[in-house]
Amino acid sequence: MTDAPLLHTALYENHVAAGARMTPFAGWEMPIQYQSVITEALAVRKGTGVFDVSHMGRLNIYGSGAAAFMDSLVTFSVKTLQTGRARYGFILADNGGILDDVILCHTQFEDGSDLLRLVCNAANRLAVIAWMDQHAGVYPGVIVNDHTSETVLLAIQGPRALTIVDGLCIDDPKPSALRPFGAAPFPFALREGVYAEGFVSRTGYTGEDGVEIAMDANHGPALWEALAASGATPCGLGARDVLRLEAGLRLHGADMNAATTPFEAALERFVNMDKGIFHGRDALELQEEEGPSRRLAGLRLLGGGVPRHGYGIFHEGVVIGEVTSGTYSPILDTGIAMGYVPTAHASAGHRVHVDLRGRLVEAAVTELPFYRRP
Amino acid sequence: MTEHPSELRYTTEHEWVRVEDDGTATIGVTFFAQDQLGDVVFIMLPAVGATVQKDSKMGEIESVKSVSDLFVPVSGEVIAINQDVIDHPERVNEDPHGVGWMVRVRMSDPSEVDRLLTNEQYDSAIAS
Repeated sequence: MTDAPLLHTALYENHVAAGARMTPFAGWEMPIQYQSVITEALAVRKGTGVFDVSHMGRLNIYGSGAAAFMDSLVTFSVKTLQTGRARYGFILADNGGILDDVILCHTQFEDGSDLLRLVCNAANRLAVIAWMDQHAGVYPGVIVNDHTSETVLLAIQGPRALTIVDGLCIDDPKPSALRPFGAAPFPFALREGVYAEGFVSRTGYTGEDGVEIAMDANHGPALWEALAASGATPCGLGARDVLRLEAGLRLHGADMNAATTPFEAALERFVNMDKGIFHGRDALELQEEEGPSRRLAGLRLLGGGVPRHGYGIFHEGVVIGEVTSGTYSPILDTGIAMGYVPTAHASAGHRVHVDLRGRLVEAAVTELPFYRRP
Repeated sequence: MTEHPSELRYTTEHEWVRVEDDGTATIGVTFFAQDQLGDVVFIMLPAVGATVQKDSKMGEIESVKSVSDLFVPVSGEVIAINQDVIDHPERVNEDPHGVGWMVRVRMSDPSEVDRLLTNEQYDSAIAS
């Protein structure tokens, strides 16, 4: 571990002033909660929450060959990614292990030239940049610009998210005109006389409808305050983790890493094996033929308690896997988890046990997501 | 201003004890403990009739964020557990020193209570 000082997002002072509990996360000092994790998680399910996710990596990739370059690095087709659209997928090592999961958006500079905007995990930002540097050699015209610290990224999530964001937008069409995974810049009025452009994508990590807005860091606090004043509940990383688990969304570093493939993580729908070569494809092709020996399974606890990272998963008294992440689900009022088990045990309906500190509690293997919004 | 009433006694493991008029001891976790834990979502308690030894593990308390052992601050026999707090763990957050109580013990050595912390001692313990 490094002793480097923790990084602060442009909203740090807002978080402290709001009484947030701050915690180190991937090198950043981030709000874990403002009031309570459950209160905030339910606010997102019933109304709208706003999250500061400015710690996530934001890279602009452009110049001659940018699309071909990114196409060689990710599991989805970049060449067919239309302007105004975003896709989710993986950057793989050559052995098929997941270096990071990313969202890539195709947009344009004001002069009409192409711009690819990549959002990656905070913990992997430097590794992703190094991986790109390592493979940029045959694409000399490509420029990669890390603008993480010059911008903020806010996630506004929940049934009222689009209404709130539309209300701050001063032009037509409004952000609600975006389809899921659509993305475009919009002008916002942050307060009397203060206007700024935000780059909006209809994406998120909560299982709710909503958007993520990137904006220059100087306007970050005003955007945060405007959203809160419009009724968005400030939410911390604690609620974010509960919500993404309920929505069955994997967390890199816990549910997948460089030692797991997208097939093992049960995320093959984000891998396009037909698009042509990309890093990791050969290894995946081998695994596709044999079938992965283990798969990520969703586990719904049938007894009391909270499954947590590292807890053993048992079948007939024999350990068959380990919980990669787990939590208490407020919306389902039960413990939920993900973990890797042999493929034979990974389909919905199987029963296993989770070792909660010496207490074996039965769990049902469950189709993901655990929760789907009405 | 302390959140910890002077009529209770405390442990460094963040339990409180109240000696009732009938001499039994009611036990729960402190305001400070629940505030640190955040939303309490699961509580496991000993069975009524169990004999418990001071400072031994008597159960578990889980919040969204973490899981901790519960320790019994006095020796004796468990004569009641709070079923309401098992069914509604959030009571611990709502009212840790009141309806959020956990177990009641008939003490085998009531002098054990005298060796527990006063609220002032507990407040200095958690401040350091």
